[in-house]
Amino acid sequence: MAIDVQPRAGTLPDDADVAVRVRGLVTGFGNQIVHNGLDLDVARGEVLGLVGGSGSGKSVLMRTIIGLNPARAGHIEIFGHDALDPSPSAQRALRRQWGVLFQEGALFSGLTVAENIEVPMREFLALPEDVMAALAATRLRQVGLPADAGAKYPSELSGGMKKRAGLARALALDPALLFLDEPTAGLDPISAAAFDNLIRLLKDTLGLTLFLITHDLDTLHAICDRVAVLGEGRVLACGTIDQVRQFDHPWVQEYFSGPRGRAAAHPATGKAA
Amino acid sequence: MGTGIIWDAPAGGEARVALTGRWTISEVTDLADALAREAPRAPGLAIDLAGVEGLDTAGAWAINRAIQRWEQAGFGARLDGASPDIARLIAAVDGTPGAIKLRPDMGNPVVARVERIGKALVLQGRNITNFLGFLGHVLIVLGGTLIGRRRLRWHAVVHQAEAIGVNALGIIGLLLFLVGLVIAQQGAVQLRQFGAEVFTVNLIGRATTRELGILLTAIMVAGRSGSAFAAQIGSMKLNQEIDALRTIGLDPIEVLVIPRVIASSLMLLGLAFYGGLCALVAGGFYVWSELAMPPDSYITRLQEVILMSDFVIGMVKAPVFGFIIAIMGCFHGFQVTGNAESVGTRTTQAVVEAIFVVIVFDAFFAFFFSLLGYN
Ligand SMILES: Nc1ncnc2c1ncn2[C@@H]1O[C@H](COP(=O)(O)OP(=O)(O)O)[C@@H](O)[C@H]1O
Ligand SMILES: [Mg+2]
Repeated sequence: MAIDVQPRAGTLPDDADVAVRVRGLVTGFGNQIVHNGLDLDVARGEVLGLVGGSGSGKSVLMRTIIGLNPARAGHIEIFGHDALDPSPSAQRALRRQWGVLFQEGALFSGLTVAENIEVPMREFLALPEDVMAALAATRLRQVGLPADAGAKYPSELSGGMKKRAGLARALALDPALLFLDEPTAGLDPISAAAFDNLIRLLKDTLGLTLFLITHDLDTLHAICDRVAVLGEGRVLACGTIDQVRQFDHPWVQEYFSGPRGRAAAHPATGKAA
Repeated sequence: MGTGIIWDAPAGGEARVALTGRWTISEVTDLADALAREAPRAPGLAIDLAGVEGLDTAGAWAINRAIQRWEQAGFGARLDGASPDIARLIAAVDGTPGAIKLRPDMGNPVVARVERIGKALVLQGRNITNFLGFLGHVLIVLGGTLIGRRRLRWHAVVHQAEAIGVNALGIIGLLLFLVGLVIAQQGAVQLRQFGAEVFTVNLIGRATTRELGILLTAIMVAGRSGSAFAAQIGSMKLNQEIDALRTIGLDPIEVLVIPRVIASSLMLLGLAFYGGLCALVAGGFYVWSELAMPPDSYITRLQEVILMSDFVIGMVKAPVFGFIIAIMGCFHGFQVTGNAESVGTRTTQAVVEAIFVVIVFDAFFAFFFSLLGYN
């Protein structure tokens, strides 16, 4: 099977209104190169789904964009500002604009869930306690956590609840840009569908931009405007899910045409079965 | 158009409030306050959102709260000029705490205080029983290992020995060298008053081989390695690595504790010998340079003053101290639960209790051996 990489897959025209622009990114650990000249754009207000095999560098790409992992070469812009600018004021301004959900949740283990959600509010705003509590309750309800979860410590939560609490913290400031690393992994299908609905509501009403790493094919179909496929250190293909599905690459074909991929693409037949 | 609120509340007529500009989380307090200005009354409230340029979840929450306040008072409240999306957002954010629980129950402060004291006591008691259980378990596994019924993990022992012993050579050598110098110098100053400077050698020889060399080495190892054991095992516990070991069928005591206990006992023996030697060398330098006693006569004098029993007593104590340090570090590591803070408190406890118990045992040994006639 011919492997032809789409020329400059993942990029948008230079004058497009982009939230994130990555150019020529090179990252690695020791001798291992993870990304080799990766280009990717995320348009303002879109939901970009990032897929790729395990270990293809999805999490590392997210960590590099948000400045947790050094880039060896390349250029990253977020809302037109240089994200690799190390000055504290530039970093703080950037951090105010984004929310991040890590693959493992990364909740602060010494704080309750409600306190975790309040951390960004305390750090960036001076809100009265009752307003913060009400906003925390709003978030808890939005992400579908049970009523008693706010007072619990992370060690007392299940894996899926940690994910949802992490999402609630990421949403705390209604960031313009949200990075989510496998948000629905570990959620039951009902909660995953509720997550899709929540993201769609936030996107429609707040114009949120989303950088979403996911393997949930239902989520890809339900909320992603574009899908980017990561492999071989760069973006192999990028476009609407139907465009990407046509792309002639063994991994992409297997991913979308396997039994799970077909079931997600034709939910009606899936239901009849 | 700036961010603003215009109330139009004619007496008897419908109250209207028009919002303009951006209403986001930074302005949410102002918005909530301004919306609360008018008390709910007949016939109702209309909120005009036509001038709103930006609204986030926090803004929507404030508006939702105003609507609920009016509706709960029995009057109508409606949105004007809101796009369907915005109306959907406002309807979706329900911030009333209601059944949502945000804080752990505190209860009555007096009762809570008494409860805390009681809990601390019970925990302390449980700590002791847990410790005895842990000690028993370790001794059984250790016995099994010594008679060959259990596998001894040589790899782990060697690895730990390097971390506890070899890597500590520099710092312990320097520490004991300096202590040796100080003892020699202070001793010489005091003994000079009696014209007995030459007995400085007795002081150095006996103090370091039997007591100080061992004790200081043990304190250093407790700080370096006892803390490391507690933190390593504690984070493994948080990460469920201990559970993983158990489910694979490995005994965490055998895999984690026994190698540390053995390595720590053996290494403390070596380190104590080495540390004592460093102190003696330092004393030798001092008497050579200050009292003009050449090294060969220093060594001859040492041979006369250091009793073999002193040396043996020191070498008996060292592995016991090493055992105490390792067992304390590992025990507190296994007691970690829940969060990162617990790793911190347990690490502190491991070091403090290890040093305390080492000193208690040292006093016990001193008493015991002088009863046996070894003064
Ligand atoms: N901190 C790290 N140190 C060394 N290698 C790493 C580190 N983090 C990730 N890697 C390597 O980078 C590659 C990409 O990892 P990751 O981005 O986590 O994969 P995924 O696409 O599944 O999220 C993997 O080969 C992984 O081994
Ligand atoms: Mg990952």
